[in-house]
Amino acid sequence: MNPELQGRVFEPTAPYLVGREKIREFARAVFATSPLNNDPEAAVAAGYSDIVAPPTFPVVIQESTLAQLLAEPDAGIDFTRVVHGDQRFSYTRPIVAGDELTARLTVASIKSLGGHSMVTAESTITDASGAHVVTAISTLVVRGDE
Amino acid sequence: MAYSTDLEKGQIVAETTFSITRDSLVRYAGASGDFNPIHYRDDVATSVGLPGVLAHGMLTMGFAIQPVVDWIGDSGRVLDYQVRFTRPVLVDAVVGASVTVVAKVGAIDDDVARIDLTVTYGEQTVLGKAQARVSLA
Repeated sequence: MNPELQGRVFEPTAPYLVGREKIREFARAVFATSPLNNDPEAAVAAGYSDIVAPPTFPVVIQESTLAQLLAEPDAGIDFTRVVHGDQRFSYTRPIVAGDELTARLTVASIKSLGGHSMVTAESTITDASGAHVVTAISTLVVRGDE
Repeated sequence: MAYSTDLEKGQIVAETTFSITRDSLVRYAGASGDFNPIHYRDDVATSVGLPGVLAHGMLTMGFAIQPVVDWIGDSGRVLDYQVRFTRPVLVDAVVGASVTVVAKVGAIDDDVARIDLTVTYGEQTVLGKAQARVSLA
């Protein structure tokens, strides 16, 4: 893949409005039974404005940034050879229903390792006021020719 | 809530076994938007050299934190969560897959605890360096 991608910053994604039912749907899919992820009254009692998204929910928003990377004409990434190596979420605050979130991807690093390439993609997710919410970091391993 | 005074390094704070079926994978595909067919079609999985349909790594990451969330009582207390995907979870069409999560205190630094997760499927760990930093304040 193209080493010049390192440091590239992509255009911010279109705002994503976090719906209450989307959080409930995601919570159910990851076996999240906490009342704060499902019940607005419980969430408000705990000091939140609405239900709270489970910790890995930002992947839903991050996904559109990774799609930008894979579609970049000069990236040279063959989607069928991509394996998810690791994943991290670093929070300033949790996502709650009603948030309008935008993600911006930076290619933090590109490394070669024994014929494979490893790309670390950092998606910075901010709210409608521009404040940081969470950064989602993925390392993708692109397998070389066999 | 002040947990820090009671916690000790090495202490197990939660332990849960999850039963994953093909239905779980389809549900996660819909909820997450990850429709890679290796997570629901045997023919596609075997055509790319896999032994069969695998769970989404992000599904495993997603449920592996839940015992910690239930222990701490608020998913908003999770400040940082990371995993490395080291081995796949094969999900049999008939019997599914059983995945066990053990959450242990790795370190305590004032009001923040590092919780280390051991996630096993068939006697082998499937996640490496699975760690969450949670607020105890």
